[in-house]
Amino acid sequence: MATWKKLIVPIAIIPVLLLLAYGFKTNPREVPSPLIGQPAPPFAMHFFDGGTTSLGELHGKPVVVNFWASWCFPACFEEAPALEAAWQAYRERGVMVIGVDIQDREADAKAFIERFKLSFPNGPDLQGKITIDYGVYGVPETFFIGKDGKIHYKHVGALDRKVLRAKIEEML
Amino acid sequence: MGPSLRRALLTALIMGVLGAWLGAAPAVSPEDQVHLLAAELRCPVCQNLSVGDSPSEMANQMRELIREKLQQGESPDQIRAYFVSRYGEWILLAPKRQGFNWVAWLLPFGAILVGVGVIGWVVRRGAARSRASRTEALQPLDPQYARRLEAELKEWGR
Amino acid sequence: MISTLGRFSLALALGIALYGALVSILGAQRRRPALVESGRGAVFAVFGLVTFAVLLMEAALVGRDFSIQYVARNGSLGTPLLYTVIALWGALEGSILLWIWILALMSLLAVQIEGKRHREMIPYATAVLLCISAFFLFLAAFPANPFKSIFPPPIDGRGPNPLLQNHPLMAIHPPCLYAGYVGWSIPYAFAMAALITGRLGDEWIRTVRRWSIMAWGFLTMGIILGGWWSYAVLGWGGYWAWDPVENASLLPWLTGTAFLHTVMIQERRKMLKVWNLALIITTFSLTIFGTFLTRSGILSSVHAFSESTIGPMFLAFIALILFSSFWLLVKRSDGLKAEGDLDSLISRESAFLMNNLLLLGFAFAVFLGTLFPLLSEAVRGVKVSVGEPFFNKVNVPIGLVLIFLMGIGPLIAWRRASLESLRRTFTVPLLLAFLGSGVASFVGVRGLYPLLAFALAVFAAVTVLQEFARGTLTRRRITGEGYLTALSNLTRRSRRRYGGLIVHLGVVLVVIGITASTIFKLEKEVTLERGESVHLGRYQVRFDELTARQEPQRFVVEGTFSVFNAARKVAEMRPSKRFYSSEQQPIGSVHVRSTPREDLYLILSSFTRDGASATLKVLIRPLVMWIWLGGAVMALGALVAIWPDRRVLAAEPLKERVAWQPGRS
Repeated sequence: MATWKKLIVPIAIIPVLLLLAYGFKTNPREVPSPLIGQPAPPFAMHFFDGGTTSLGELHGKPVVVNFWASWCFPACFEEAPALEAAWQAYRERGVMVIGVDIQDREADAKAFIERFKLSFPNGPDLQGKITIDYGVYGVPETFFIGKDGKIHYKHVGALDRKVLRAKIEEML
Repeated sequence: MGPSLRRALLTALIMGVLGAWLGAAPAVSPEDQVHLLAAELRCPVCQNLSVGDSPSEMANQMRELIREKLQQGESPDQIRAYFVSRYGEWILLAPKRQGFNWVAWLLPFGAILVGVGVIGWVVRRGAARSRASRTEALQPLDPQYARRLEAELKEWGR
Repeated sequence: MISTLGRFSLALALGIALYGALVSILGAQRRRPALVESGRGAVFAVFGLVTFAVLLMEAALVGRDFSIQYVARNGSLGTPLLYTVIALWGALEGSILLWIWILALMSLLAVQIEGKRHREMIPYATAVLLCISAFFLFLAAFPANPFKSIFPPPIDGRGPNPLLQNHPLMAIHPPCLYAGYVGWSIPYAFAMAALITGRLGDEWIRTVRRWSIMAWGFLTMGIILGGWWSYAVLGWGGYWAWDPVENASLLPWLTGTAFLHTVMIQERRKMLKVWNLALIITTFSLTIFGTFLTRSGILSSVHAFSESTIGPMFLAFIALILFSSFWLLVKRSDGLKAEGDLDSLISRESAFLMNNLLLLGFAFAVFLGTLFPLLSEAVRGVKVSVGEPFFNKVNVPIGLVLIFLMGIGPLIAWRRASLESLRRTFTVPLLLAFLGSGVASFVGVRGLYPLLAFALAVFAAVTVLQEFARGTLTRRRITGEGYLTALSNLTRRSRRRYGGLIVHLGVVLVVIGITASTIFKLEKEVTLERGESVHLGRYQVRFDELTARQEPQRFVVEGTFSVFNAARKVAEMRPSKRFYSSEQQPIGSVHVRSTPREDLYLILSSFTRDGASATLKVLIRPLVMWIWLGGAVMALGALVAIWPDRRVLAAEPLKERVAWQPGRS
């Protein structure tokens, strides 16, 4: 049999096997965000306790925008205390922490806030516009917006205090 | 039914069908436009479903957003670009036809075309070979038998 | 206790499988029948041990023995008996156990049935089958052991994934699909045995063909049932999403179908021997690849079992299979030269070659599309998605040409078809195809692809019916039998041919069902107050009430909807949302009303707590039933093709009439 015929099959198979092996290192559920380094999309929202805000109002301040839901267990439950602690620690230095509640019911959301005694402003994203605008595909996701209004970092999954502190410090 | 009438009817049938095949598709209502766009976008919270198919709340909200944007006069391209700017190329359910993605779109057809060529070549080579072996197998008939064959054929022909 | 027994039996089975493989090969090489017999005994022993393990697991599940981790994760006190029993294959470890059991059963049957006919090959085939079993047994004995125990045992288990206890289809789809996957191990084992022993004659091909048809039949049913499961259980209104795991099941089906066609060329003309062997190797490798994809975590899919460490082991196994098999094939290729030649482009051989090319092209497109996100990430660092729009755009044209070939193939002559014979055979089907297309366009079908699809479906169907008609009428003329007798005898005398034609008819039904349900799909989503109706197609759907009830394993909120067709009530439908304690989000349960004409599909999207209003999504999909029916017809055709001829054809009326004529000398 001609040499080239003998080699067809191994030559065809090896790249595929290598590609599949490469697949072990990647995580198919992770989607990198194209918004990093871009100006943060503007939004306006009403809070559960009645106040309002918009991104424009917060220009010049570092903002931590956290997307959560009351049914998001255990991740949102784990990070809520960390977020509250960060809010307490950094609010004097001008850092704003905002919680956006998505795909939820008002009563359940308020119960969640009450449970973790969250004092930073939280509001619902009723039509999902802010969620889509920020390319959110799951909860919890947290965006760190710098003083220049650009998205400095996006964290997918529960935040712990260390990462929170580190990222906020980077923005200050 | 005469043959010419039959042929005419046949031609009419075939032309009519070809016309239908090549004719324009009907106009698309605005709601259909939403569906068409939604079918091209991937539902971010589902497994491999389109925004059009998915029953999830996020997909509902995305469809609503598409409807609003269409009403505001944005073009499908603009709406697609918007979603890509927020989620990345991953949000499109079919890879954009550019650059490396052409590999996905063209390689299968390319492979098939190459295959057609290979089959054609193999068949033609085989046909040539069998033709050659067939002519080889034909030997001149022994004159003795040829004469006898002639005689018998003449007898039967009577 | 169960844990220890289970682990022991699996480990023992592994040891015996390895022993059996070794002993079979030694026995064959050194011509020691005693060793070969021992190898055969190993197959029986493995089956016995694995059956024992399966029974142990079932006992643990039904007995709610939560000291076993698998039972704690997949069973619960509240789960009904049926779903408890089928939780055997609900998660990774159990599904591997099921695979092993089916493989052990089929190995046993193969060795028993084919034992006498292929004395030289059986030891090697046995060895190959035992090696494959050994791999899976290794997985089950070590990394993916279903009998792992957990301490302390929880009071109640988590229960199976809610999606797996919503519908009794879960009882048949996985076993059927696995039988289809595992079935291809038998032809592969015999192919390897034939390559090793060099006995590549006719008898081997006939054996391999029979087992291939069986595997193909199960795989077809498994895939169709999977579509039905997606439709009835996942509840998004569709039956195929080009999900990576769905694609993975389609790949061996496509290459297997290609093999079943070109094997006919090998039988008739003794050509394409290397090609056919390559197809068997590829098909078998793809079955392992499919199961690898589900368990490796490299692609996200609705089916993915929990990502686990066995991914790399599967990859190594696939690499081993591919390299060793193709090396063997290349080594023996000199003994596999074709004894015939291709004569003409217009012939059945060419049609089958084109069929193969297109089936493999289709498979390549599916394969490439499924892995492209990974490839794009590796090359560009950018994640892309490849989903329905891509696969439809690429595969539909290929599929249409395949249907055209399907109509031509059975009727075009071998070697060289004259234009005259072509004209005689295909004029009527072509005409009727055009007519069918015209009718479709009249009925409202628009667009090139749908119209072509209907035309080609009619074409293929007419060619099949024409063949049956011609055969029956000819037979009637000769034997004078009644129509039905003639038809049944016709089929019985040439089971393969007519079984194959029945399969083609099944494919036509599936194609018509898919085309109609796609282009004539209607859908509407509305929020209704109690008593309000929504109108779609021929139906009015009225929201009557919302009820809630507690079931042992879940909390169900159900909407009751009355369906009217022209003011006459035709049905009461109850789509619901089911809340399981283990899930954060409720699982929707759709209600489908199927008629041969169309399916009415109701999804309860959301509701208000007081039950005053509900958001309903209504879908109408015509001819969906034809898809399931077509699948059944395909399976029936496979059954007809594979049915053994019980005896050599005895003296027939024809022979009798000619042989016995009184008064002649």
